[in-house]
Amino acid sequence: MDIKRVENIVANYNRDKTRLMDMLIDIQTEAGYIPAGAIPVIAKQTDTSQAYVEQTVSFYHFFRREPSGKYTVFLNSSVVANMMGRDKVARTFEEEAGCKFGEVTEDGLIGLFDTACIGMSDQEPAALINGKVFTRLTPFRVREIIRNMKKGNSLDELSTSGYGGGKNASELIRAEVRNNVQRQGPVMENDYTPGTVLREKLKHFSPDEVIWEIKLSEIRGRGGAGFPTGLKWEFCRRARGEKKYIFCNADEGEPGTFKDRVLLTEYPELMFEGMTLAAYAVGASEGILYIRYEYKYLENYLKHVLEKMRQQNLLGKNIAGKEGFDFDIRIQYGAGAYVCGEESALLESAEGKRGEPRFKPPFPVEKGYLGYPTVINNVETLCTAVKIMQFGSEWYRSLGTQESRGTKILSISGDCRYPGIYEMEWGYSVNDILDMAGAYDVQAVQVGGPSGSLIGPDEFDRIICYSDLATGGSFIIFNNTRDILKDVVMNFMEFFIEESCGSCVPCRNIPWLLKQKLEKILQGHGVWKDIEDMEEWAGMMRINRCGLGQTAANPVVSSLKNFRALYEEKIQKGKRFDEGFNLEKAVIESCEAVGRTPLI
Amino acid sequence: MKEFVTITIDDQEIKARPGEYIVDAARRNGIYIPTLCNMSGVKPAGSCRICTVNVNGRLMTSCTTPVAEGMEIETISQEIADFRKTVVELLLIEGNHFCPSCEKSGNCELQALGYRFEVMVPRFPYQFPKRDIDASNPKLIKDHNRCVLCKRCIRTILDEEGHHIFAFRYRGHQLQITIDPEYGMNMTDELAQKAAKNCPVGALLYRGKHGFEIPIGKRKYDKEPIGSDIEKLKKVKIS
Repeated sequence: MDIKRVENIVANYNRDKTRLMDMLIDIQTEAGYIPAGAIPVIAKQTDTSQAYVEQTVSFYHFFRREPSGKYTVFLNSSVVANMMGRDKVARTFEEEAGCKFGEVTEDGLIGLFDTACIGMSDQEPAALINGKVFTRLTPFRVREIIRNMKKGNSLDELSTSGYGGGKNASELIRAEVRNNVQRQGPVMENDYTPGTVLREKLKHFSPDEVIWEIKLSEIRGRGGAGFPTGLKWEFCRRARGEKKYIFCNADEGEPGTFKDRVLLTEYPELMFEGMTLAAYAVGASEGILYIRYEYKYLENYLKHVLEKMRQQNLLGKNIAGKEGFDFDIRIQYGAGAYVCGEESALLESAEGKRGEPRFKPPFPVEKGYLGYPTVINNVETLCTAVKIMQFGSEWYRSLGTQESRGTKILSISGDCRYPGIYEMEWGYSVNDILDMAGAYDVQAVQVGGPSGSLIGPDEFDRIICYSDLATGGSFIIFNNTRDILKDVVMNFMEFFIEESCGSCVPCRNIPWLLKQKLEKILQGHGVWKDIEDMEEWAGMMRINRCGLGQTAANPVVSSLKNFRALYEEKIQKGKRFDEGFNLEKAVIESCEAVGRTPLI
Repeated sequence: MKEFVTITIDDQEIKARPGEYIVDAARRNGIYIPTLCNMSGVKPAGSCRICTVNVNGRLMTSCTTPVAEGMEIETISQEIADFRKTVVELLLIEGNHFCPSCEKSGNCELQALGYRFEVMVPRFPYQFPKRDIDASNPKLIKDHNRCVLCKRCIRTILDEEGHHIFAFRYRGHQLQITIDPEYGMNMTDELAQKAAKNCPVGALLYRGKHGFEIPIGKRKYDKEPIGSDIEKLKKVKIS
């Protein structure tokens, strides 16, 4: 890529350093990596320093610093991928390509890399190849894919298994992804005509009345934190600012979560309408859909939907005939950082910076994107808000339980007959859900993803709702053949170590130290004190700044609480402390290997 | 706007200026809350977490939380004391801190905090990471072994046009400080000295001066523990 081209890309975004993410994504897409020579050019053009550009580039997983292959394979390494045979798939990739993971073939044709959960837990093992999703991988298919790569075939030609269901098969997406909608509810229903609420309801509702209606419905944020949506909109409406922003958080990164992927594929009009409704309520003029890089395969389709909505006067000026109601939406991609799902880190990222969570106060509703009051809502929340306006808060309150109103879309994966998404009213027990998904011989369920809780059969009568088991929707099932500590807890800890922004001292260090302890225990060297230390050290995570940091030790905390026996089984019996180091014993293996006898 | 707000710190009623951070209000009233990444008058980073206190029952960093009327703040408890010590210990095991060979010894805030919070042997295992010393800059030596990633240099060292000279690189466990290749090379002596001075540890050393002009034993924290200057304010007031 020559300097002129980099300059052009920077100019496309008005040399605005807050659009650094877009510039880097364009360069990455075009060149396959961020050439070292591009950084001084961007710095100069945006009037920043190279160090400033570099700190953004080096933060995100998908920004590569070196050529990463004509075909760059990112194979998911999440717990569910491992359970579904990732190991064999990965080995086949290595054998067929002729390089290891983390490397590029000598001819530069194929690069193999690991990546965290890509939102395909219902069809693992899955990989992103040059941004295109390949799911349900098997050694046979991998051989086919690599063979086609060696022929120099196009990405479309690599997809030999046909396209997935629903819109995934459409001309604009053409992905192998399946929707796996196992149970539909009022949010995911197929006979809604986009724009109905904007056209019909807004005639009768002032912005304050919209907020009132949302407040009456008692809906809480569906991303996981559960903040009352109506209140958030009201705070933002009341906040003073020259302009206001509506963000849709589609950075669905919690391993095991994939519901937003399906909403984005099948109901994007509903989500955009929800953003527009929120804009009407709070008085915002601009909207941004922040979407994870892993879902970039939906780009052309989503752009097309936005364009269609503009033509239908559901976006743009005087929306749905409302004089003076102007609002439009652009799409902002992330580049591989789980922490950016935290709303203030998301804003930092959208401003072209590292995804480091901000401290609060001030909250985004007061000072958000570029300092303006900003509402950030989850995809599902926005979709649901439209339905609340359509059928009324009274109707919505009739669904779910007393303090958890409405429905929740669950992403169910792991050891069950029917992985996929289920829209359920709040209030079902874990047992109900396992029975529904066809999960038998269940040893444990991870509710709410790695940052949530790992529960065992004695807690399967607990209820999915805010006052008992709250969840952003991830539901990973482990049967009795799984090694909870080795396969689950270790994988989750590695995930959090990889995804910490590194800003807070405890979050940067404690998961790493906990992993060392866990390794020690798994190797059979553990003592009683190690279990006690893990419990104590995990408690220090409470002083971290953001939700990620505060929950990043949860896999350990939760498994120690509910599966303590697994730890106790693995430590040295009767040993409370490490009793010193036995040199003779430690060198037995190496002495054998080199054929020597120990000197002592 | 009101002239002052009333807050309570450890049962002591205090008049604070609206908008000021808890740590500053405490400091003016002779209450020492330890800080490391924080610098008076500089936008806080809230990254070291050592200033965590209990505000109305919630753990908050006092360097980033502005005072509000009626706030009840607890800074003395077993829990808070343990958090403070933990942060110091984590920083000590995370890098390679060999005080006897460090020019900053005696003026080092991390070392001083270690003494103040009676860190004997950290409860965590030393990591002894392999880290580099970057001597490519003509004015500064950057020793990654000692860096505590407080962001002070990132926040305070900008050139006249506002370009950042320091920045983070990577994330999580790999996080480190970099110096901009262009602006770093052209840094003025004044700015380089400021960078070294603002660094709470010996990670940034100014090349123009040798490190032992003030002998060990006569340095800032050799004379009295960190925080004593603040606590003296209180003693004066009471007497």
